[in-house]
Order: sequence, then structure tokens, then C-alpha cells
Amino acid sequence: MKPFKSLAITSPAELCFGVSPKPLKTRDGLTIGGGIVYPELNFTLPAMFVDANTMPEVRQHYRDIITGACQRAAELETPGLVVEFETLPPMTENPAWGIELTRILLEGMAEARGRYGLRSVLRITPNDTREMERPPRMRSGQYYEAMMQTFDGCAAAGAELLSIESVGGKEVHDEALMNGDIRAVIFALCVLGVRDMKFLWTELNKIAAKHGVHCAGDTACGFGNTAMVLAEQKMIPRVFAAVVRAITAVRTLVCYECGAVGPGKDCGYENPILKAITGFPMAMEGKTAACAHLSPVGNIAAAACDTWSNESVQNLKLLGGMAPTCYVEQLIYDCRLMNQALADGRQAALLYQKWMVNSDASRDPQAWVLSPESAIAIAQSIVTAPGPYAAGKAAALTAVRLLRNAHQEKRLALHPRELPWLDRIQETVEELPSAEADFISEMMGAVDTEKFVVQDYEL
Amino acid sequence: MSELKQLHDAVLNGDAKTARVVTEKALADGVEPLKMVQDYMMPAMAEVGRRFESNEYFVPELLLSARAMKAALELLRPLLVASGAKSTGRVVIGTVKGDLHDIGKNLVTALLEGGGFEVFDLGVNVSPEQFVMAVKEKGAQIVAMSALRTTTMPAMKTTLDALNQAGVRGQVKVLVGGAPITQTYADQIGADGYSASAAGAVAVAKSVLA
Repeated sequence: MKPFKSLAITSPAELCFGVSPKPLKTRDGLTIGGGIVYPELNFTLPAMFVDANTMPEVRQHYRDIITGACQRAAELETPGLVVEFETLPPMTENPAWGIELTRILLEGMAEARGRYGLRSVLRITPNDTREMERPPRMRSGQYYEAMMQTFDGCAAAGAELLSIESVGGKEVHDEALMNGDIRAVIFALCVLGVRDMKFLWTELNKIAAKHGVHCAGDTACGFGNTAMVLAEQKMIPRVFAAVVRAITAVRTLVCYECGAVGPGKDCGYENPILKAITGFPMAMEGKTAACAHLSPVGNIAAAACDTWSNESVQNLKLLGGMAPTCYVEQLIYDCRLMNQALADGRQAALLYQKWMVNSDASRDPQAWVLSPESAIAIAQSIVTAPGPYAAGKAAALTAVRLLRNAHQEKRLALHPRELPWLDRIQETVEELPSAEADFISEMMGAVDTEKFVVQDYEL
Repeated sequence: MSELKQLHDAVLNGDAKTARVVTEKALADGVEPLKMVQDYMMPAMAEVGRRFESNEYFVPELLLSARAMKAALELLRPLLVASGAKSTGRVVIGTVKGDLHDIGKNLVTALLEGGGFEVFDLGVNVSPEQFVMAVKEKGAQIVAMSALRTTTMPAMKTTLDALNQAGVRGQVKVLVGGAPITQTYADQIGADGYSASAAGAVAVAKSVLA
């Protein structure tokens, strides 16, 4: 564990797409964060069961996906392609299936390399199946064992980037969101989540070291993105979701403290904050991820990205072709534009970054907290805090302050019914105990402790 | 009567403590439990549902109201059962096998309870056999299924098949919902009802039992 005590990027102008202080070189020669934004394609199956009977059809889907996407990527002369294989639960529960599909994708990528000279790298993201049983067993049991076998086998097969959307703390967080309970959010993310991340990423680091691959990064997708989608559906306040986003950075940071080197996982919208802290390259997704979920951050999400992703698209036939092929084209054109701006020099890149930021930031608090200025302010509050619990509180209060100031200065539009929530969040966070132990003691009496295995969180 | 208005307002404003206190007092004063539910609590929850639908309430506010309703119902339900009064309907609800998403399902549960239904939440990753068993054990009139993944939505059809095979399909109405689900899909698999939103699920549940 190496805590980050200062920022790798201190100036908003340096928190820019395509460029990271600590770029990552892949086996195939991609330098992620080294001055080029690469497309990162993710895909999934159409509506179908995945079981032993359907595996022949599943294999064919993945063969077709990678063949079609790589061919189009080569035709559009992309400088490189990141492919993400996010397994579905049966593929993690049956590691042999996940590993076999990894091989199929790697074979398709190798074939495209030989045929077209297409350089690529595979990110493997096993589905975190630990929550398949309730309460989840986070450190042992059949689901945990199978998940780690999937990681190990896929890394051995040649998947070079290891990622996961881990779920530690989600047992409490879902209800916290529904109840608008910021105390329980901090408990879930900064107490439970942080403890699970330390354990999980220490183990993943061993697998990465064994196979000479990279721990890329985690995401608070099940936390921050759940909040974002609920806010988009008008179920919870947007300011609440924005504050949750700021706090998620504390949880996701732990994977980098444990040895991950990026690119951070695409659906981690907290990644601009993490790029500022760590200096590692980050994947992001925005408008091109509308196939998977809607968001209010379609452009601003790209402002600091190093790979640009579509989150996930089903292998369905569209008018232009199969959906993954269509989406790789969209991603490549987005990346071309960013790379052209980078090629035209710093001023051009900053102008494009400004357009991406300004076209979204004033319209939604969730976009506002992702602007380079906000991301750096939140990042600063996190690294100067003495520990994850204090960092969670600091991130929340910083986010509230940024939103309040922006609204008062008429730079951010907020619906009147959102405003009382800023006061509510601030008052609640300010009243929290200063010592983590006191907070834990308080929360263990407030949350449903039947929902999680207390020992798995060292409580 | 002003006390009962307080009960209405306590539910509307999500004040469980007051809802309970007012209910206790009204019972002591001899007010009919069914009158409290039908004339004050259910209209309050209907207004909560309206405010939620029209974006005046967020989910946290809606849940506070549902809890206030539940707090009062805990006192009233035994008396309602003893008097022979029936709930709006009995529902078994769950997220289908292979799927772990429960936020939408939990929300529908809270809203159905607010609408006077007796709801048995089976949780997530619920197998067809578990649905069948719950229908038999609870005497349910409605089975409500949720799925958020395109790869788990076929489990809805499997569950319907299991209900058929167990010979209980005829005694229950089946409702489906979740992000990838559509009315067309609901029709294809032979479900009786579909709602695109959590709030809409209550009206659909009432309509299939009408």
C-alpha cells in the first residue's frame, strides 16, 4: 500500500485527454496516456442464456464481434485498439468458459495484427460474482475462488490489463442511495469498500506479477453510476449523485495504492479525480456509452480520457452493421478528433478540452464535479486527508462547496428542489464523528449488519 | 377527524413516529381500522405516488412515506385480519435467477406496500422453483419479476413455464419489469402485465386483479 499524499497533476490545463504523467506501455507497443487517445471497445451478448448448451453460439458471437470490430478498426487506421472483455456471471462462475472466450478474442486480435498490422491490447474484467450469494462472502467461497481462477486463467492466456467492477460495500450502498443517506454512503464506500479494495487488489496484484501483466484499475460503477442512473431517472437528487461521485474516488483510489497502473476502468466517472491524484492514464466513457446507459456527462467525460469507450453494446444487427462494429467506428472518429487536437499543439488541445467541459458542466451538478478545476479540488481534499474516512468526508464537503458556489455565481443550473439537499448533506457530514472508530461504532448500530459478512470487512 | 387528518399528513410527509402515535390514539378512540386505511392512509400514499410521478418527490421522500404507512399498518393489520378485511392483494416479488439487481425491485415493493398490497420479497437471483414454492406457501395472487440484464430476462419465461408445470399459473397474475423488458417481450412470454416505471407497477397490479 502506497498512499498518495500529493497530486500528480495540479493544474486544470494539465488534466487533459491523451496525456498522463505516467503512461502505460503495452506488449504490442501502445503507449496509453502518451499523447494518443485510443478507442476502447466493450460488447456483450444479445438476449440469451449462457449455459453449456448455448456455449457454441456464445463462442460464435465473440468470434464474429472481434473479427468485425478489428477489421473496421484497421480500415479506419486507428493507431491502436483496446478491447475489453467484461465477462457475464456464468463465464466467471465457470472459469473455463471465461478463459476460452478470452483466447477466442486474443486469437481474433492476433489475426488482425497479422493481416492488417492492427495493434491492440485486451482488458479482462471478470464480473464480480461474489454478490451472487447473500450476504456475499468477499474473501472465500466458490464464487470468490472461481472469480480469481478466471483472472488467473485469462491473464495466463494473454489478457494484459486486469480490471473489475468490484462490489465491496454495495450491500449497504444501494439502500443508502434509495434513502438519500450520505452517512451510509460514506460508510459503504470509505469503510467497507476501502477494506474490500485493499484485500482484493492485493490479491490481483499477485496474479498480475505472476503473469507479467498489469493491474489496470477498478471502478465504483455499482455505486456512483447507480446513483447517476437513479438521478437521471429523477429518483434521487442530482446533487446527491454528484456528491456520491466525489466520494467514490476515495474507494477507487485504493486499487492504485495497491499497485494498479491504469488505464482505469471506463465506467469509473470518478477517473478525472484519480488521474489528478495518481498520474496514471484513465479510460472514460460518455456519449458513446448511451447504448448502455444515459448520462449527463457525455462530452465532459472525454476531457481527461486516455482511452475512450462505449461501456457495452449488445451484438445486434444495426443498419450500419453489427453494433460492436458500428461502435468501434464511432469511438475511432471521436479519438481521431481528440488526436488531431493533440497533434495541432497544446493550445488546440486545451481549446477542445474547454469545449468538452463547457458544453456539459453548467447543465448538471454531476458534470460540474468532473470539470478539471473541480476534479483537482476534490483530489486535493482527498490526498490531504489523514485516511479514507476523513477523505470521504472531505470529498463530500468539497463537492458541496463547489456546487453551492457555482450555483450562487450562476454558473451551474440547479432545480429549486435540489437545493435543500445541499444543506442536508453538508449538515450531516459536518456532524459526523472525527474518529473513524466512533463512526464505525455508530454505523454498525444504524445499518443492517445482516446484509454483509462483518469479518470480511475486518470489523 | 383532525387526528385522522394528522394520520394522512404523517404518511404524506413521511413521519413514521407521528403516524404510529396517531394510529394508536385513533384505535383507542374506537376508529375503525379499515376506515383509517381506506380513507386516510391510502389516499395519502396515492398523493405520494402522484408527487413522485410528477417529480415533486424523490425516492427517499417516497420511502419515508412508505415507512410511515408501514408503521401504522403494523398496528392495524392484525385487527384488519381479525375483522376479515382483505389486503388489496398478495404479491411475491423477486429478481430472476442469475440477476443481482434489486433497487428497482425494492422500489416496486415499497410502492406496492404503500398501495395496500401484502408483499413477500424473495430477494435477488430467485430460481423458478423458489417462485413456485412462494406462490404455494403464501397464496399469492401476483408474481412480480424483475430483470436488468438482457442475458437474465429469459429467466422470466423459464419461471412462467415453471408456474405452468406446477399447475399454479392459473391462480396468479404475472407482472414483469426492468430496464431491458418491454411490453412486446411481456406479451411474447405470456405475462399478464408490464410497467415501464416503478410507480406504474401499482396501477398495473391493481388492474390485473380487477
